[in-house]
Formats: sequence, structure tokens, C-alpha cells
Amino acid sequence: MSTLEIKDLQVAVEDKEILRGISLTVKAGETHAIMGPNGSGKSTLAYAVAGHPKYTVTGGSVTLDGEDVLSMSVDERARAGVFLAMQYPVEVPGVSVANFLRSAATQIRGEAPKLLPWNRELKAAMAELQMDPAFSGRSVNEGFSGGEKKRHEILQLELLKPKIAILDETDSGLDVDALKVVSEGVNRVRAGGETGTLLITHYTRILRYIEPDFVHVLVDGKVVEEGGPELAQVLEDGGYERFRPAAATS
Amino acid sequence: MTTAATKNVERKPATAVSVAPGSAATERSGGPGAPVASRALRPTSREVDAFAPVTGREEEWRYTPLARLGGLLDGVAADGSAEVTVSEREGVTTSRVPMSDPLVGSVLTPADRLSAVAMASSADALVVRIAAEAVVAEPVEIDVRTSAGTSYGHLVLDVGAHARATVVLDHTGGGVRGSNTEIRVGDGARVTVVDVHEQDRDAVHAEAQAASVGRDAVLRHVVVTLGGDLIRITPTVTYAGPGGDAELAGLFLTGAGQHHEHQLFVDHEPPQCRSRVLYKGALQGVGAHAVWVGDVRIGARAEGTDTYELNRNLVLTDGARADSVPNLEIETGEVTGAGHASATGRFDDEQLFYCMARGIPETAARRLVVRGFFADVLSRVDDEPLRDRLLARVDDLLEAPTPADAA
Repeated sequence: MSTLEIKDLQVAVEDKEILRGISLTVKAGETHAIMGPNGSGKSTLAYAVAGHPKYTVTGGSVTLDGEDVLSMSVDERARAGVFLAMQYPVEVPGVSVANFLRSAATQIRGEAPKLLPWNRELKAAMAELQMDPAFSGRSVNEGFSGGEKKRHEILQLELLKPKIAILDETDSGLDVDALKVVSEGVNRVRAGGETGTLLITHYTRILRYIEPDFVHVLVDGKVVEEGGPELAQVLEDGGYERFRPAAATS
Repeated sequence: MTTAATKNVERKPATAVSVAPGSAATERSGGPGAPVASRALRPTSREVDAFAPVTGREEEWRYTPLARLGGLLDGVAADGSAEVTVSEREGVTTSRVPMSDPLVGSVLTPADRLSAVAMASSADALVVRIAAEAVVAEPVEIDVRTSAGTSYGHLVLDVGAHARATVVLDHTGGGVRGSNTEIRVGDGARVTVVDVHEQDRDAVHAEAQAASVGRDAVLRHVVVTLGGDLIRITPTVTYAGPGGDAELAGLFLTGAGQHHEHQLFVDHEPPQCRSRVLYKGALQGVGAHAVWVGDVRIGARAEGTDTYELNRNLVLTDGARADSVPNLEIETGEVTGAGHASATGRFDDEQLFYCMARGIPETAARRLVVRGFFADVLSRVDDEPLRDRLLARVDDLLEAPTPADAA
């Protein structure tokens, strides 16, 4: 059973301190919702754990089953089992979805998946996410609608079966139908019990479909409150107002 | 009812985009490169002396490092040679003819001094003729392997009416080479010409190409430039009748210290012809310099013309420079479509992050992204073994350490 342990993580972007000491432990099978207002550092947490070069870790540690994640390159983190579903997935023109997914699966699994079983697996996963089979021939994220991009991210989640899944605002820009389809994909992965999920969201909407075990409220780079799923209901009713530092509301 | 032909001359200013060491991609427009006269007004002649000695200030020479041309502009005497082999195919005949043969110069009249030097210095011309109505299933391979020293060459590719063929021109070897290639595409013929440059790293190759596209004929032309120290290709397309279609594609991968230059001219004179230009380049290493100039002219009679040209360059490392100059001259208002675009950008680190975040190591991720960038050009090479060979070569070159990496 895998455990991601984030201890006193401090992260800066271009010399500006964004995360000011975050501690969080995510175990396989658990789902943690990270909630907070805009600019609270939610996405910074996601990208810092994934290793985006724009984010500089200035203190603290991140380990996955005791291994130092912060000393790994981006691709090493992914192969170790960290997966980031991005809020704004990047276009890769001329690279087909099929080629991209097989390249990724080859790296994550340590060998190229056999073609026929792979094709079956891909087809089945796409059908579950209600994706047109023609989708696999398109260039990665190029000309995709918002919903298609998010389905493609969750498709990767399902195929790559990470130890830790970080979902960065996966719900943003989705209509209710797409949100349900995407949430079902996440729930299939959760049901496997092998993956710990870090669900980053501004809104409580997605939590109706993906019920978290823990909710952490992030404000101004620090966790200001933690609790069970009932905390999400508090936020749904009252918003983030009560967490705002008095100075910041002026 | 007929109305007087409208004369609508639009000259878009030249734009050059370059990335200097350490700077972000910048764009500038206008500048000293803006053409002052129609491209069609440039003199053409077989006589070397019809062209003034080149100073480097001429529009067509201003991007070329003249000192690295190995004396080709001065008409240095041939002291090297080229071994040329043509694969035997049914419906294809090969012969050598004297330069006085009427076929020589029937499509190409030199438009610059170097081309005139090459024509004057060639001992004879190789003629590869594809019979009318022949359907040649296998690609016709013309291998040109140059030795050390200077050599000149002249090739005439004569494709008969309604023929179908793919011709691959494969350039390897060293030395200094000046050459001219004429391509006549007969009425109703469909021909793909793939022109591959994989010369040694110290080789110099300057080549003028001229194609005449017959009535309702289709020419697909793909230039792949990977080798050499200096390679300069100037493809020109004219149309012999209405209904002609020319697709000109190019791929260049320009490494440290290399100069790759492609200057194109598509001259729409008959009506109802189509042209598409798609050139893509990737540059890596200090002193890598790529030049793309795309001139398209739509003459006063060329109603119903449909043309679009596009050049994209991807700068992979610091210290590389890409110049991109599209020019469009329109002398009639009755066009179906006319446009151009040019963009030079740096390698997108967000693409790299996205691929790496899926477990793909950096080198493989770069290769994936650059392969994707070149995909639409390489898809024009319909001969699969050749396409695979070119892809493998591009992969090798991308992985080769460059001086910039070592620094």
C-alpha cells in the first residue's frame, strides 16, 4: 500500500513564496479534497509534487513510500507512480493520442504493452468515458473541447494506474453530463483501492460525485482547517469568506 | 459581360523572424529586405556574365554566407566528380545528352549567377524520362554521390503526359556541388519528387530547381535537408496550362554551424492553378542558420488562383537563427485564395513537461514533440521505407550532442 507524505512543504514561484508549510499524508485508497479560494496555492501544490520547473521547493519534503520525490526528475516521479491530471492540458501537434498513450504506458509499465491486448484495453477505457474511437487518431489535445481534454486526462489516469493521482481542477469547465462521466472514471480507479487521490478543487460540485474521505482547506499557502466530508458541506453553504485573513479582505 | 481586368498589386512586406542567442523569439517586419521590384522582373540567362558579380547585398544573396560557397560563384573549375545511379524501372529511360540539347534549358533558365555557372560548367546533362501514361509503382531512385573537390551537374526529369511516378533524389557525399534540376510534368501527370540532402557535414551544395507543371498535372515536391555545411536550394514552379497543382513541402533540421537555405518562387500565370507551400524546420546548436524565402506571384491573367504558403520553425537551443520571408504579389483581384503565414518559436517547455509527467524521459519527449512537428511534412513522403529512414535520421540528429549542449 502506497503512501505519499508531504511534510512542511514550502514552495516559491519566481521568488514569491506561495506554499508556506503544507503537511499532508495520502494513503492508497484514500481520497483527499484540497479546497481553497483562488490564489491559495492549490495548483502550486499539484505542480510542485509533479516537479514542474517553474516551482521552486524552498523547504520541506515529499516522499512516496519513503523515496525522496523531490530529488527525482519529472519523468522519474511519473514512473514512481505520481500522476497529475492537468487543469490545462498541453497541445502536442502531430502526435496522435494513440501514439502518446502507448509511449506513456510503455514507460510507466516498463515495457511496451502487447499490441492486441493494448488496443482492446484502450478501446474499452475510451468506451467507458464515452469517447469516440476516432479520438485516438487526433493530435494530443489539439482542437479538443474542454470536456474532451478532461476525458483524455482521466483516460490516462485509468490506463496508467498511478499510486498517487493528483487531479488539478478536473471539474473546471465541465457541464454536468461530462462531470458525471469523468467522475465515474475517477471512481473506477478509486474502487481499485491501489491509488491515493488528491482532488484539488475550488468548488464543492465535484464532491457530490467523488466523495472525499478528508477535506483540507488551503488559504494563503497554509492549511487552515481539516476535517471529514462534512467540511465540504460547510464550504458549500458559507464559501471561503470565514477563512480569509481580515487584512486580505480590504 | 467582361470588365476590364483589375490590377491589384499587393506587396506584403518581408518579415524575418529570428532568435538570437539568449533572446526570446522576436518578430520584425519591413526592414531592408522588403522587395523593391516584382520577382518576375529578375533577369534570367544562361550567360554567366549576364549576372553582375555577387556582392552579398542582392535580395537573393543577402542571407547566404558567400565565403562558404566554395568558389561556386566565381566559376571555380571542376576537379571532383559525382557518381550518379538511376534505378531501373519499367517505363523509365535514362540517357546523357550534350548541354546543347534542346531539352536542356527548356524549363530552367538560370535566375542567378551560381545557377548560370553550374549550367556553363556542366559537361553534359542526365535525362531521366518517364514515358507518357506509364504507371511506375516503385520509386525511381536517383542517387547522387559526390566526391571531394568541386563538381557540377545537370538533371532533366521529363515526366510524360498522364504518367504516375515517385522520384527520389538522394544526395550524399562530400565536396562542393553546383547543380541545376529541371522537372517537366506533362499534362495530366502526377509525380512526387522527394529531394533528400544527407551530404557530409563539410559539403557544400547549391542547386536551382525549376518545375513546369502541365495542364491538370499534379506535382508533389518534398525537400528534406539534413546534411552539409551549406545547402542552398531554390525551387521554382511555373504552370504550362490551367488546372495545374503544385504542393511544395520541405523539412530541414539545421545543426550547429550549418546553413540551410530554401528560396522558393511559385509563378502563377495561367488561370485556375493551385499551389501549397509547407516548409518546416528545426534548429539546434550554436550558429545553426536556416533561411526560408517564399515568393508567390499571381499574374494578371491568373484568375481562379488558389495559393497558400506556410513556414514554421522550431528553435530547440540558444544560438540558432531562422530567417523567414514570405512574399505575395497579386496582380489580379479574381483569386480564389491567397495567403501566407510564417512563425518561428522556441521549443515549448510545457509540451516537454506534459510528456515527462507521463513518464517519458526528456530525450524521448523531445523526439516525440519534434516528430510531431514534422509529421505533416513527412506524411507527404508516401514511400514508407524512405519515410522510416528519414524519421530515423531525424531522431539520430536530434540525439546527437551539439556544442550548445556541451557548453
